Amino acid sequence: MATALRDVAIVGVAESDIGRVPDKSKFQLSAEASRMALEDAGLSVGDVDGLFTTIITEGGQFSSMLMAEYMGITPRFTDSTSIGGSSFVVYVEHAAMAIAAGLCDVALICHGSTNISDRGGRGGPVSQSTEVFGPTQFEEPYGVSTVGAYALAAQRHMHEYGTTSEQLAEIAVATRKWASLNPKARMRDPITIDDVMNSRVIASPLHLLDCCLVTDAGGAVVLTSLERARDLKKAPVRVLGAGEAHSHRMISQMPDLTQTAAAISGKLAFERAGLTHSDIDVAEIYDSFTITVLLTLESLGFCAKGEGGAFVSNQRTAPGGEFSMNTQGGALSYTHPGMFGIFTIIEAVRQVRGECGPRQVPGAEVALCNGTGGTLSSTGTIILGRD
Amino acid sequence: MAAPSPPPLPRPYQDTAAYWQAAREHRFIIQKCADCAEFQFYPRGVCSHCLSSALEWEEASGRGEVYSFSINYRAPHPGFADKTPFVLALVTLAEGPRMMTNIVDCDPDTVRIGMAVTVTFDDVTEDVTLPKFRPL
Repeated sequence: MATALRDVAIVGVAESDIGRVPDKSKFQLSAEASRMALEDAGLSVGDVDGLFTTIITEGGQFSSMLMAEYMGITPRFTDSTSIGGSSFVVYVEHAAMAIAAGLCDVALICHGSTNISDRGGRGGPVSQSTEVFGPTQFEEPYGVSTVGAYALAAQRHMHEYGTTSEQLAEIAVATRKWASLNPKARMRDPITIDDVMNSRVIASPLHLLDCCLVTDAGGAVVLTSLERARDLKKAPVRVLGAGEAHSHRMISQMPDLTQTAAAISGKLAFERAGLTHSDIDVAEIYDSFTITVLLTLESLGFCAKGEGGAFVSNQRTAPGGEFSMNTQGGALSYTHPGMFGIFTIIEAVRQVRGECGPRQVPGAEVALCNGTGGTLSSTGTIILGRD
Repeated sequence: MAAPSPPPLPRPYQDTAAYWQAAREHRFIIQKCADCAEFQFYPRGVCSHCLSSALEWEEASGRGEVYSFSINYRAPHPGFADKTPFVLALVTLAEGPRMMTNIVDCDPDTVRIGMAVTVTFDDVTEDVTLPKFRPL
């Protein structure tokens, strides 16, 4: 399978209107991103015969049927794997497999969400349910939230390895510097480590500026065979390797709070790509929280377990630093509509194509994307490269 | 002014009814597999170690230690609006499994990883009691 994946390429990417888009539904954002990604590829909606999407918010049941109907697509390959924000990264692996096996020819991955408009403003309550059915009844009555769950991991990492809030803040500061180079980013004003440390504590040890944004946004990615890709509008970006894994659903069941399933998915992606860490020119790491990035870098093996804090220190991941990461400004400063995975792919493709203007990483030929979903539960890792 | 909305509460089902009934009686029980002898938490219809259905309920010691915690200042649900800050925690039970809970009956700032804790019962409503933990 490793070689078959390499015969597939990403040929189109796009994001919809992003930020606060109260006049558009999540379905429209997903569909408009799809139209733009197909235009980017030089393909039309009639070419699409594989559809990959999931909607986890209200009205999104039977997601792939819903979105196929909405856009007038009749797919012969469909996938609504729903493992949170990593779903869209995992879809690249699934789509590549389907294309390589001849099960579909043009795969569309799409996502739309109106998380900020639905909530009527940042910081509103996430949950309104009063009765909890299923295993989450062993968490929700105790007041778990996404930030609360990730905070548990941060606290444990600090306890085991001496990681500090200042080290986590390094990530937020560096990511904001990248965002300042991206006109589409929602938060572009520079911040300092003190700004992060002085922002209010949401769930100790995580501060407000350790947390991703809440926005509306849509995104889409189009894949086809490398052979067909070479005749399309833009230079193909090959799928060099991919891996996926999940280790738990609920944070209370996470085997080790300091290691994510990226330890599995990343290893698989590197093995299948036949590449090592030093081959990666740019990394797009889902940054739901600063701690997510730190755990992911360790789990992927960019540094040893426990050394993530030192790794990100001295603005190593900022523009001009040794390790180019989250170059569009990430979920922390660019956009975060609840599931960010697809935006890691969009940026990685643009970097490999050399389309990123002031934030372009010079000579970027190989990019790694890592999506994380649920509460540090699932991961998808892909490695993309120039043809 | 509207009455405060209740926090989310468990609706017992096949796997969990015995657990919640015991909690109402201020007993803390967990499942042990009759085939592989492993404990598990949360309650399931099968053993998560060997997939056996031969599960038995055992009175747990109620002792454990804090594996991790977070002082939460933001209410995740309107039902927690009057409860912040509260301590969200993972406790490793003496029997081995880990569970989510709240650490109560202490100053949140005194909670530490590794702290020894023991179960206490919070009668949230007439029908629902939540096992929580306090410093030993």
